[in-house]
Formats: sequence, C-alpha cells, structure tokens
Amino acid sequence: MNDATASLDRPLTRNVRADRKPTDLAAYEANGGYQGLRSAIGKLSPADCLQILKDSNLRGRGGAGFPTGMKWSFVPMDDSPGHKYLICNADEMEPGTFKDRLLLECDPHQLIEGMILSAYTIQADVAYIFIRAEYHKATQLLREAVAACEEKGYLGNNILGSDYSLKMHVHSSAGRYICGEETALISSLEGKRANPRAKPPFPQVSGLWGRPTIVNNVETLCNVHHIIERGADWFQSLGLTEDAGTKMYGVSGRVKKPGCWELPMGTPVREIIEDYAGGMADGYALRGFLPGGGSTDFLTPEHLDLAMDYDTIGKAGSRMGTGTMIILDDKTCPVGFVKNLMEFFARESCGFCTPCRDGLPWSAQVLDDIERGHGLPEDMDTLARQVTFIGAMGNTHCALAPGAMEPLQSAMKYFREDFERHIEGKACPYCTGGQH
Amino acid sequence: MSELIPVLSEQELREIDAEITHVPYRAAVAIDALKIVQAHRGWVSDESLQAIARHLEMSAEELDGIATFYNLIFRRPVGDNVILLCNSVTCWIKGCDSLQQRISEQLGIGLGETTPDNRYTLLPVTCLGACDKAPVMMVGEELHEDVTEQSLPTLFGERGE
Ligand SMILES: Cc1cc2nc3c(=O)[nH]c(=O)nc-3n(C[C@H](O)[C@H](O)[C@H](O)COP(=O)(O)O)c2cc1C
Ligand code: SF4
Ligand code: FES
Repeated sequence: MNDATASLDRPLTRNVRADRKPTDLAAYEANGGYQGLRSAIGKLSPADCLQILKDSNLRGRGGAGFPTGMKWSFVPMDDSPGHKYLICNADEMEPGTFKDRLLLECDPHQLIEGMILSAYTIQADVAYIFIRAEYHKATQLLREAVAACEEKGYLGNNILGSDYSLKMHVHSSAGRYICGEETALISSLEGKRANPRAKPPFPQVSGLWGRPTIVNNVETLCNVHHIIERGADWFQSLGLTEDAGTKMYGVSGRVKKPGCWELPMGTPVREIIEDYAGGMADGYALRGFLPGGGSTDFLTPEHLDLAMDYDTIGKAGSRMGTGTMIILDDKTCPVGFVKNLMEFFARESCGFCTPCRDGLPWSAQVLDDIERGHGLPEDMDTLARQVTFIGAMGNTHCALAPGAMEPLQSAMKYFREDFERHIEGKACPYCTGGQH
Repeated sequence: MSELIPVLSEQELREIDAEITHVPYRAAVAIDALKIVQAHRGWVSDESLQAIARHLEMSAEELDGIATFYNLIFRRPVGDNVILLCNSVTCWIKGCDSLQQRISEQLGIGLGETTPDNRYTLLPVTCLGACDKAPVMMVGEELHEDVTEQSLPTLFGERGE
C-alpha cells in the first residue's frame, strides 16, 4: 500500500499493511524502526529533543490540540529523587472515533518507539499505556511488543548501553468513557474511581501518585520518533496549512466508503468526504457533520471547503477534535442523532458535579420527549438554558458536560426547523415504521 | 459480613501480587485485581470482593465503590459470552436499535439480561472504535463488523434459528 516515497509523507501509516496485519519487531526494524531511538538516546540531550518537539509545532491529537512541546516543558527537570511518568492515553471511546485502534493494531512498535523518546525527553523512568478493555487484540500485541523490546534492550535498564532506563507497563482498563479525561485517567490508574481532578496542580507537576506526569494521545506519541529522527522542518513541511504534520482523518455514517486515512494536516473537508470516503451513499444527501467526534459542534455543507485543521475548524464555530467526522444524512433525524449522543454523555457522566450528573439526563429527557412527539414549544427554551448553563466551561468540573452541549447547541442553530416540526407535528417526521 | 471468605486461588494471588510489585501501595491495583478475579471466575461475587479487599488491605466497601463504577466489572453473574452491542451514534445511524430487537427476539433476553442456559448476556457499550464498520458488536473478545440482521444467527452458533 505504501511505497518508499509515500512513507516519507505518510509516516504514521507507512507500516500499515493492506490486510491490516500487525507489523512485528523484525519487519518494523527492517523498515528503519528504532533508528530514531538509536540516533537520539545518549546522543541528543533531553533538552535537545524538547527543542525539536517545540519547533515542530506538534499539537496533541487527543482532541484539544494543545502544543505537545509546551505541555512537556512544564515538567520539572531538576534531578530530585522519585519517579516521573509518561502515560499513553489509548482509551479511545469518543463516539465516532476510530483512529487510535488502527495505529495500535497495525504498528504497535511505532507507539513504543515514540513513547521511549517522549519519556527520555521528560526523563520519565516509568511509562504506562492505558488502553480500553475492549481492545483485546491491541493489548495483546502491545504486551508482546514490550516484551520483545525488553529482550532487545530498547526498554529496561540502560537502554542501548546509555545511562537511561525505562520500565513500560500496559494497563487494561475496565470501561467508562470518563477514563479518557487525563486527570480521571490518572485516578483510574491509581486504582480509584475515575473522577477528574481539579487543576491546578497540573499533572505535569503533580499527577500519578503525586509525581510529575505527562498524558498524551496515541497518535500524538506515534509522531514523536519521526520528528526527532527527521527534524522539525520536515514535520512542518507535511502540513498544508499553519498546523504541522499529517493527521489521521476518518469518516463514518452514510458515505460510500467509510474509513480512516492519514493525510496532510489541513486537507479540505470536501476532499476527505468526497475523494477518500467516496461521497454520500446512493440515495442520501449531506446535511451536516461533526468534524471530530461526538463532542464537537455540527458544521454544514457550506463548510465543505474549509481546511481540516485546529484553527480553521475552530474559527467556523466547531472543533477539529479527534479529526474523525460523523456524517448526518438527510434521512437521519437530527433530533434523534443528538438524543443518542446526549444519552451517551448522561450515561457516562462520572457523577461528581450536579450540572452534569442531573443536567445531562434532563437534556436527554427533553430531547426524548421532542423526538417522540410529546415536546412543547417551551422545551426549546429549556434546552437553550441548559446549553447556556451546562455548556459554559467552568460551571462543571471537567469538559465532559460542555462537550455534551456542543452537538445540541449547533443542532438547534442549524436544524431548528427539525425540532419545530417534531413539536408542531407531534411526531418524528423521519420515523417510518420505527426506523429513523 | 460473611465468615465464609474463600481464599483466592494460588494463580489469582500470583497474578495480583505481580501487579503489586510496581505500585506504591497495595490498594493501587484494585482494578487489576478485580479484573484478574473476574477473568478466572466470570464475575466478582461479594465473597470474591471481600477476599480481594482483604488482600489489598482496604475495606470491602471502598473496593465495591470502585468495582461498581466500572461497567466492565461484573458484580452479578454473566453468561459465558458477553455480547457488547455498540449503541453510539454511528451504529445508531446504521441501525443498532433494530439489531438489538432481533438479538432480543432470537435469544429471548433484553439489555442487561442473561439467557436461561447461561450462554449469553446482552449489554450496550460505548463506541467500539470501529465506526467505519458500523454497526458492530463484540461477542466475548471477538469484534464483529458490518453486522446485519441476516448475519446475526451465525454469530450465535447453533442457537440461531
Ligand atoms: C470526557 C473526556 C474524554 C476524553 N477521552 C480521551 C481519549 O479517549 N483519548 C485521548 O487521547 N484523549 C481523551 N481526552 C482528552 C484528554 O483529556 C487529554 O487532553 C489528552 O489525552 C491529551 O493528549 P494530547 O495532548 O496528546 O492530545 C478526553 C477528554 C475528555 C474531557
Ligand atoms: S462534568 Fe461530568 S464527568 Fe466531568 S467531573 Fe462533572 S460529573 Fe464528572
Ligand atoms: S459508533 Fe459504534 S463503533 Fe463507533
């Protein structure tokens, strides 16, 4: 699938085979694997690596797009005793998101090499891969890959003869979407209920067991060894717009060829949906799309020519989020769509704070009433109030509840007549014999 | 609390103790320990919970608070095969509700229920990260993609009519 030239501008998927079989250590090394590690450990200082990362302008691929180098720069680099931790967030559970699974299942060593170099940069001595319980195959592959690396001297004491040592553990989680929120993830890794924590203190200073900790997404970490090996300029040159690198983009819903592709950062939305996903399935038209998972605002066909990057999608009133789009077609009920998401967020609330614990089930109930044809005109005002109160950052303890309001508020803006048709007609106009 | 606290098996203890070697205090492996016992016994009974809590030097109440937080720790018996049916948004667009109805008709169980012969438990699950293959579901550790009402019976072996 990927020839030698393609491999340079599609670094993340260069080892992804057409049959999706995993790349093992021998194949990974044969394609240049662990050269980044060899060229850096003991040769570049952690400060050198951090500078390369900062210059590269890599932004976190977990959803928020926070600059990775800057995040790492808050880790204290004095040599006071005690552990420092690097955690890979492989909890992928955002509705509509299916990019990390591909990277984990097809090329586990790419993640591990990226993690070793990331851990080296912040001088962490212990690393965890926090992976959702349902990813059995990936968990198995990662455990085998870690063992193979220990045997090879890529992990463990005195890596490649240097004075740097790193222990890596694979932690299989036990469910709950909130574990993906980085402070909740840390609570869960400590063996507790996954309630998010107040910031500050930030995990970089006080995270896992009160020690400096960095949490990064799978895709973010997979970029690191490529950047250190080939440099910041190379990485910058991959992107089409201001944002650097490539991005794992995906499309799901009623398109001809749903899937996930590594493309230059800033590829236009239209190209992703029409060229890669093959356009809408026969008999369906595009009404809108969530650009990057279930907690992003709807955009509409008028936004098709926008570049998929953090700033452009942000300026259009949404977020690029995880970069995996969910398509709303003209035969799917927008109210039902948003209700499905709201029920998800209500179910997954950790229960810590009232606006989320009580507010989300209330929103879900109002949407259910409207969808079933029991809605009243004043329900629209109730929903608007909920959006205002629950959607405001700062009214809740973490970003789950504000995220839950994003599809709702944008659906009320773009598909308001659909809500009104439900209320006035006292039925779902999309329902044909129980089907939405 | 019951006096009949069964000891954890040697194997379970070995696996739990291996986890304890790399954490600062025993209770830190609570979730790993629950998963280990569940892997051996299918679920976590009150007795198992108490035995784990003792071994980790924490209260059974605190451990139960943790166990019940996580949807994939089972505090009630489940069938030999847990069916995890994705009902997140893309699978919903692609018809997971009617799939659920068909599964319920075929196996005679609703969400959260187990067949009388103990073979299957049906549970909803969050987006399984395979939305390009929606609708999807897992049966045990196996992921099934692009599931249709026609393909359902084959997933349940001879149970399919
Ligand atoms: C409710 C919630 C769920 C999240 N789930 C995930 C997740 O599954 N995977 C992930 O990488 N980030 C997730 N995040 C974002 C993380 O909190 C964190 O920002 C991210 O792991 C940082 O990595 P990055 O800087 O590499 O993007 C979630 C955030 C929230 C609020
Ligand atoms: S917003 Fe929701 S998920 Fe986040 S801390 Fe509050 S209750 Fe928990
Ligand atoms: S929505 Fe079902 S797998 Fe993502």
